[in-house]
Amino acid sequence: MTDTTFTTAPQATAPKRRIRWGRIADHAVLIAGSLFMLVPLLIVMQTTTVPDAEIIKHGPQLKIGNALPDNFNKAMFEASGFSGENTGVRMLLNSFILGIGFAVGKIALGMIAAYALVYFRLRFATAAFWLIFTTLLLPLEVRILPSYEVVQKLGMLNTYQGLIIPLVASATATFFFRQFFRSVPEELVEAARIDGAGPVRFFIDILVPLSRTMIAAMFIIMFVFGWNQYLWPTMITTDEGMYTLVRGIKQITQVLEGASLPEYGRSNLLALIAILPPVFIVIFFQSWFVKGLTESDK
Amino acid sequence: MAQVTLDSIRKVYPNGFEAVQPSSFDIPDGEFVVLVGPSGCGKSTLLRMIAGLEDISEGALSIGDRVVNDVDPADRNIAMVFQNYALYPHMTVAKNMGYGLKNRGTSKVEIERKVAEAAEMLDLTHLLDRRPSQLSGGQRQRVAMGRAIVRNPDLFLFDEPLSNLDAKLRNQMRIEIRALQRRLGVTAIYVTHDQVEAMTMADRIIVLNGGVIEQIGTPTEIYENPASTFVAGFMGAPPMNLLKASVDGAGRAHVEGGLAVEVPAGATGDVLLGIRPEDLELADTGDLQIDVQIIEELGAIRLMHGQIAGQEISVAVPKDQPCSTGAVSLRLKTVPHVFDAATGRRL
Ligand SMILES: Nc1ncnc2c1ncn2[C@@H]1O[C@H](COP(=O)(O)OP(=O)(O)O)[C@@H](O)[C@H]1O
Ligand SMILES: [Mg+2]
Repeated sequence: MTDTTFTTAPQATAPKRRIRWGRIADHAVLIAGSLFMLVPLLIVMQTTTVPDAEIIKHGPQLKIGNALPDNFNKAMFEASGFSGENTGVRMLLNSFILGIGFAVGKIALGMIAAYALVYFRLRFATAAFWLIFTTLLLPLEVRILPSYEVVQKLGMLNTYQGLIIPLVASATATFFFRQFFRSVPEELVEAARIDGAGPVRFFIDILVPLSRTMIAAMFIIMFVFGWNQYLWPTMITTDEGMYTLVRGIKQITQVLEGASLPEYGRSNLLALIAILPPVFIVIFFQSWFVKGLTESDK
Repeated sequence: MAQVTLDSIRKVYPNGFEAVQPSSFDIPDGEFVVLVGPSGCGKSTLLRMIAGLEDISEGALSIGDRVVNDVDPADRNIAMVFQNYALYPHMTVAKNMGYGLKNRGTSKVEIERKVAEAAEMLDLTHLLDRRPSQLSGGQRQRVAMGRAIVRNPDLFLFDEPLSNLDAKLRNQMRIEIRALQRRLGVTAIYVTHDQVEAMTMADRIIVLNGGVIEQIGTPTEIYENPASTFVAGFMGAPPMNLLKASVDGAGRAHVEGGLAVEVPAGATGDVLLGIRPEDLELADTGDLQIDVQIIEELGAIRLMHGQIAGQEISVAVPKDQPCSTGAVSLRLKTVPHVFDAATGRRL
């Protein structure tokens, strides 16, 4: 470290403190920014605590009502559709299956592809890599109709496989793991070869443990990405029991638009619940996340 | 334990570069051989071919009485120590050492016993639960050694294992590695670019230059009878003086500026005279006069750097003798080495 001098210390003890406009401006910007982010969220929270009728009469208010338990009950345990299958709990479960399956699938496939590209003398490895890389230019939205048709022909509509498998091919994960594997010292591979580790052993015993921070970082990104999928689940799942949260919430407000009262409390509460898992994952894995993207412990 | 035989081993890299020209030598069982040469001369390539990490382009390699050209590294029963240690960062010291045994299906109890034994030998017992990142360079090097010895290999391969250590530790590890190899009696091939390491550790030295073996011999042979100007200049510190001279009809070589010595029959025309700095001494009525410009203080000796008729020459002077810059008279203590000026070979 270079020597840090605390220039503020002597000034703080000085009798008269100057007002620092720069500081105030900084804080104003920060506070404005946080309000900008938080207020909509707070409004959503407020609406979950009052009965729906009041929201329609008065709009968002400052008062906190007592309808939260009621709304929570409805949101989590009452089905909104005809079949009675799409309760909040069910949709939460589906979302988890999608998020985790999506993340695990992408990581597994990306790692294996990168392993093949980096460690095996393939004839067209570079060409193959760039081919994979260019698929970044073809996101799901571009190929959604053909993808749908394939899934439908395979009879995988309204199944978890149909929901997950078409999404797991991942240029991003392949790319990140390829870069990471290339930074693993050659001697480590050679030491393992002399130690009698074949390709599978080397992958499991050495490469996977070395990649664990990388895997964690990928998991966070991919889980959140998978959790927030909307378009694809909307197309693939018509069965209410297969609805994910993100897709199901839309259904609630849609179904009720024509009918009596829109259940704002219920759908907003579900929206809040849908935010929580990604938030928790990011909070818990934050340090891993930063580690995985910035350093490699070798 | 095994002898190693290289029969016209050659390496051509896929890009067409010939890193090792056909080379042959035998290493008897239990010998410590050092492959030495400047950076890029093909030492690692040769070692990696013996390890099986690099394909052999031509020739036959035997370890024991088995030709192993097409045998997987894991099945050659060798152990290798790398310059950067190549320890598995996520495994403890004990796991690092036992990994090769585990892959061979050795039982847990047996692995534990062997690891404990090796750790004892290398003074690593108190470090067995640590990760490589929690060890010093010297300790990591020891773990790498431990990983090599637990497997009870036929052959040790070392690729510049001490290059990343500081000078003091290097001296210490040099002795330790040598002692360990003696004790275990395992054949060893040790690669280094450091001629001091080669001289101090080897039973036999193989000097490599540009993919060609220049000379094979004991440290004494190499030092006393270098086969070429390359070996003469590379082995020994400070390096040997090489003075241009021409041979007259009477079989005497004359260095411009006044030195004339008898040369072996067959030497004609231009030759190079090799004289080690320590084979010259101060004398009032000397064989040659030089003009000293710089004096280097090395502790036990002083090194005078000067010129004789435009050719660089250096002389080692014991510390108890006075020395000064300017004109100095020198005497030859031994007969100079004579090399062909064109080919660099010894005459
Ligand atoms: N994979 C490779 N392809 C082409 N040339 C190589 C390869 N590896 C090493 N070389 C070249 O072969 C020569 C010998 O390399 P190496 O055996 O590593 O030398 P060193 O004696 O320093 O260990 C060097 O000139 C190097 O550039
Ligand atoms: Mg090398």
